[in-house]
Amino acid sequence: MKLTLKVWRQKNNKDKGGFKTYPLDGISADMSFLEMLDVLNEDLNEKGEDPVHFDHDCREGICGMCSLYINGKPHGPKQTTTCQLHMRSFSDGDTITIEPWRATAFPVQKDLVVDRSAFDRIIQSGGYVSVNTGGVPDANEIPIPKTIADEAFDAATCIGCGACVAACKNASAMLFVSAKVSQLAMLPQGQVERKERVEKMVAQMDAEGFGACTNTGACAAECPKGISLTNIARLNREYFSAIVSSENV
Amino acid sequence: MKILFARGFERKFGEQVQYLNQTILTNKAHMSWVTKTLNSTLGRKLLMALTGLFLILFLVVHLAGNLQLLLPDGGEAFNKYAATMASNPFIKVVSIGNFAFILIHVIYSIILSRHNKKSRPVEYAVSKASTNSVWASRNMGILGTVILIFLLVHLKGFYYEVKFGSTPMVSYEGVEFKDVYAIVATAYSNILYVAFYVICMGFLSFHLSHGFASAFQTLGLNHKKYTPAIQFVGRLFSIVVPALFALIPVYMYFTIQS
Ligand code: HEM
Ligand code: SF4
Ligand code: FES
Repeated sequence: MKLTLKVWRQKNNKDKGGFKTYPLDGISADMSFLEMLDVLNEDLNEKGEDPVHFDHDCREGICGMCSLYINGKPHGPKQTTTCQLHMRSFSDGDTITIEPWRATAFPVQKDLVVDRSAFDRIIQSGGYVSVNTGGVPDANEIPIPKTIADEAFDAATCIGCGACVAACKNASAMLFVSAKVSQLAMLPQGQVERKERVEKMVAQMDAEGFGACTNTGACAAECPKGISLTNIARLNREYFSAIVSSENV
Repeated sequence: MKILFARGFERKFGEQVQYLNQTILTNKAHMSWVTKTLNSTLGRKLLMALTGLFLILFLVVHLAGNLQLLLPDGGEAFNKYAATMASNPFIKVVSIGNFAFILIHVIYSIILSRHNKKSRPVEYAVSKASTNSVWASRNMGILGTVILIFLLVHLKGFYYEVKFGSTPMVSYEGVEFKDVYAIVATAYSNILYVAFYVICMGFLSFHLSHGFASAFQTLGLNHKKYTPAIQFVGRLFSIVVPALFALIPVYMYFTIQS
């Protein structure tokens, strides 16, 4: 495959940055998108140019580290992670525009790398269970209906990649936060800190400078893990009921 | 021994955390929990949803009144209805509330739009937003602005005219009534006004096509059984109500002309 890449290059978080165009040849349709970028970087290395910086880790679609806004969509044309996107989703001769996630809360560090520690701080503000769980309990000791267990598990599959923020016109983090609130709010272990958790996580989400939710649904349509909008409704419910009934004035 | 130590540490640590939480919360205590909530993104959206739903209810009542303009009685039913509305104290309270809700809806739409713009100051060079969301949902601000312009023109032309202008009078069975119908009929004999009205109803339709169901989602009212029904009613409402509103000036334009 022959491709033309238009890649966002930016030296550091102060640099203005801009697009640079790279022609690329000899790309196999079986390569993953990141392998294609590896080929580009080897070229650049040989020429003594600075390689394109991008985030990645597992390359298995489970860690949430890869990102990239590819041809106008987060993680590219398929509803999957960029590391699981393959070049067969493109055609010979295509021009591919690659941009970093764009959000005030996700400042660009270098090229395509953005700082997503805002998500970590949201989790630190309450996205955990701090009760001592003790030893492994008997499997059926705490009865949880299958439907609830499944829903909580679905919410828990969020890998924190930030594609929801990238896709949203408001750069809102509601889908991420709603998944992280939901996975604990639905299970018995999450009850102790249920109200405090949602209050603090929403406060942190706002403090990080994410936008508000207009319910466009772009997040769920682009989420590689298929986190659904029902979680956002649940987050709204959890928040309003916590606000009116919690002891935190 | 080790366990005891760990327990003791944990108890101490727990107190520390408790203490920290307390100070964080009390340091923010100059803002009441109500203010804090209404300043959160979720609280602001709550106000948008509640005022939006009230405005939807208002549209129904307003439409029911307007449809009397279509009766072939030279405006008698409509004029009597207008007089009742103007004198009823309950309606007066509701109408003040209505103005307040429109104001809140508009003010918070500005606050939210500005906040959202600040959250995404750099736009993407290439964007395929149309593949993940509908146009109306991404353009509620533009749609709302046109509705606001319409409301201002509408209020100036009818509300202000009738309340503070010189309205002609008619009498039915010896009782004098303001001839609101005449004012409306005059306005609707102008093709430009009719066209403006119809186009604005198109914008209202798009605003509602997203807004109706969106408000329920904002309130957290999402359920396997009811959400499909809410979405269906929302789609129906967003077509039927603006269409009926638009039908009135069009119908009057053609019947008054002939
Ligand atoms: C009869 C008039 C109107 C009705 C019935 C109405 C109804 C609604 C409803 C139900 C929503 C959804 C709220 C939610 O998502 O929770 C909404 C959202 C919105 N409205 Fe209106 N509205 C009206 C007029 C206006 C006006 C005059 C403006 C502004 C100039 C406006 C601006 C907006 C904006 C910007 C949103 C989206 C807010 C967001 O989610 O970010 N609307 N409207
Ligand atoms: S909700 Fe989906 S898109 Fe958002 S961070 Fe989680 S996995 Fe990524
Ligand atoms: S690199 Fe881990 S999910 Fe893509």
